[in-house]
Amino acid sequence: MACVNADGTISATAKELLELVSEPYSVEDIAEKLKRPLYKVRVSLRELNEAGLIDKVNDKYIISEAGKEKI
Amino acid sequence: MDEMNNEVVNTLPRLGSPAPQFEAVTTHGTIKLEDFKGSWLILFSHPADFTPVCTTEFVGFAQIHAKLREINCELMGLSIDSVFSHIAWVRNIEEKFGVKVEFPVIADLSMDVAKKYGMIMPGDSATETSRAVFVIDDKQILRAMVYYPSSTGRNMDEFLRVVQALQTSDKNGVATPANWRPGEKVIVPPPKTQEMAEERTKDSSFECKDWYFCKKDL
Repeated sequence: MACVNADGTISATAKELLELVSEPYSVEDIAEKLKRPLYKVRVSLRELNEAGLIDKVNDKYIISEAGKEKI
Repeated sequence: MDEMNNEVVNTLPRLGSPAPQFEAVTTHGTIKLEDFKGSWLILFSHPADFTPVCTTEFVGFAQIHAKLREINCELMGLSIDSVFSHIAWVRNIEEKFGVKVEFPVIADLSMDVAKKYGMIMPGDSATETSRAVFVIDDKQILRAMVYYPSSTGRNMDEFLRVVQALQTSDKNGVATPANWRPGEKVIVPPPKTQEMAEERTKDSSFECKDWYFCKKDL
């Protein structure tokens, strides 16, 4: 389920998630829209956030400038 | 008893208490227990990858996974094996048994999680986890736990039933009798006063054997 590979490329599930958060969504919103379990969404968001590809603003997530360059 | 055994024995979790938090390497990346907030979780351990009883159990758990998800419950396995061993094993299970294991499996080489949950039973094996099962609710409270020895494979149907029973109790403020299944009558909490006991026996909406033993349909 790793979203960001060692070479900096991203997985297909990560790309899908990044494309979704072009506008801010909560964890629950993302889980519902992508039909993924909450825990999987949280793991993905944490990884993408640590890689600088998304930003967390007021408990919602939105793609960062670096994230936009990945998709 | 050596130091490690003392540590293991002293860290058994408790029902009704917050489940011990952890961060672990799994077949699905690094996962924290808190990632499961909002869903129920069955966390279970097995002695070792590529062993026959454990393989039958993984097939069994994978087969109830969809039913568990329908009731907002996830699954996560654990053993003291590497993530590469886990990956090879779940791929082998899919190849040989035609069953895809879609839940994460913790590679607990440091035994960090195993110790927090008292999964190691030194009398059974000091180097492997026993067949432990922990039902953790959506608020991360430990609600049920079961320990089986390494020789005995678990009954998956029972774990599904336990989660269904706990959720039914939470939702309706009732208890469930022995061998209860969804759709069957549930047990009404016993009256707490003499007056309530008298009223209970007159209430035709309950099926009572006596004032303290009443069932009802949901």
